[in-house]
Amino acid sequence: MSPLTEIAVVINGRQYHEAVPDRLLLSDLLRHRLGLTGTHVGCEHGVCGSCTVHLDGAAVRSCLLLAVQADGSEVATVEGLAVGDRLHRLQAAFREHFALQCGFCTPGILMAAADFLAHNPTPTRGEIAGMLSGHLCRCTGYAPIVDAIAAAAEPERS
Amino acid sequence: MKPPPFRYVRPAGLEETLATLADHGDDAKVLAGGCSLVPLLNMRLARPEVLVDVNRVEGLTAVGETGGTVTTGAMVRQSALERSPLLRRALPLAAASAPYIGHYVTRNRGTLGGSIAHADARGELPLALLTLRGSVVAQSVRGPRRIAAADLFVDHFTSALQPDELLTELQWPAAGADWGYGFAEMAQRHGDFALAMVACALRRGDGVVAEARLGLGAVADRPLLATEAAAALVGENLDGAGNAQVAEAGRRAAAAADPLDDLHASASYRRHLVALLAERVIREAWQDAAAPTGGSRP
Repeated sequence: MSPLTEIAVVINGRQYHEAVPDRLLLSDLLRHRLGLTGTHVGCEHGVCGSCTVHLDGAAVRSCLLLAVQADGSEVATVEGLAVGDRLHRLQAAFREHFALQCGFCTPGILMAAADFLAHNPTPTRGEIAGMLSGHLCRCTGYAPIVDAIAAAAEPERS
Repeated sequence: MKPPPFRYVRPAGLEETLATLADHGDDAKVLAGGCSLVPLLNMRLARPEVLVDVNRVEGLTAVGETGGTVTTGAMVRQSALERSPLLRRALPLAAASAPYIGHYVTRNRGTLGGSIAHADARGELPLALLTLRGSVVAQSVRGPRRIAAADLFVDHFTSALQPDELLTELQWPAAGADWGYGFAEMAQRHGDFALAMVACALRRGDGVVAEARLGLGAVADRPLLATEAAAALVGENLDGAGNAQVAEAGRRAAAAADPLDDLHASASYRRHLVALLAERVIREAWQDAAAPTGGSRP
């Protein structure tokens, strides 16, 4: 039995105190302990991108982080994107452009795209595709996902 | 797909980190961005007793430029190569390689020092550091030492770093006037491990190549400098689409490569890629060096 470490972490604006084993992954803390099931656990070795969340404002793979590493930090998951009933503009664009089918890859792509557009408000389709190369989608197809992210970027262009 | 048990320590300072590494030696592993080590833990390919998380060690994230040398702390994130105006101006070769390092999201977390210390022969940053003739600073309780990139990469995933040493800083020669740079990589999908990559740095003087370096990645047990290929360029004017010296350098680069056959590509195909990519980056560097202030530099 590995020892437990007390961590304090703010997730989507709410303070959590948890006692975690050192080897617990952040993805497993979010999904399995805290029930934040929007964070999808796919490959568990940093390849598929479905567990992408924000750590202190930067998009990261939560399966490549230990829960103890988030101690004292702020985490944002896909549950924090919408404000009440008002969808984030990326979520609205994904709905508008049919950019999700089974939805498994969607939360990770939304969190990565939110960070990406914050740093590159007017991306080319090629730049969007480059960003998406870190996210495996096996059913929707990438074309509508690129469309949706490009459309979500539109307000920034004007 | 869960890490095996280990003891996690998170030192706040360098002294404590070095003492921990000295105590545990081979049984300890340094955790930087976690983009390579954590997959190895999750797949149980690595089983360290102690994991030393250096993400909160003070003093490892500084970026500076003095006397023609750019220094980057080992914990500077890879995304800084895409976002820092200083690094984009002074390290155009490393900046050109940045979009090929992992993926957009992993570059937010992956570090410059972690990538170098991991010593993957397919890594972009080891190739950039070697081609630029950079070096690193390693610290231990025995004191600091400087290791030239040419002496650092020993074999697959093996560097000259000792188990009790922490890589703390990277030192890069800054881009000079009259220098030009080129970087190209071929992978099956963007972000995959490279099948081959080539980097070029050359200096132009009196209308010819005055100095040239050509680095090859992913085609041997470590990044290589193709010195005979680079020598084919010196003293030559590289203008013209079918320039014979560029083609000769490409052939020599392919001969210098020592690639493996594997399920992703045959050795002969990788050699073919080396020649093509070498010609491409040599032309890029030649044109870059001719640009008024160095083409890739503002």
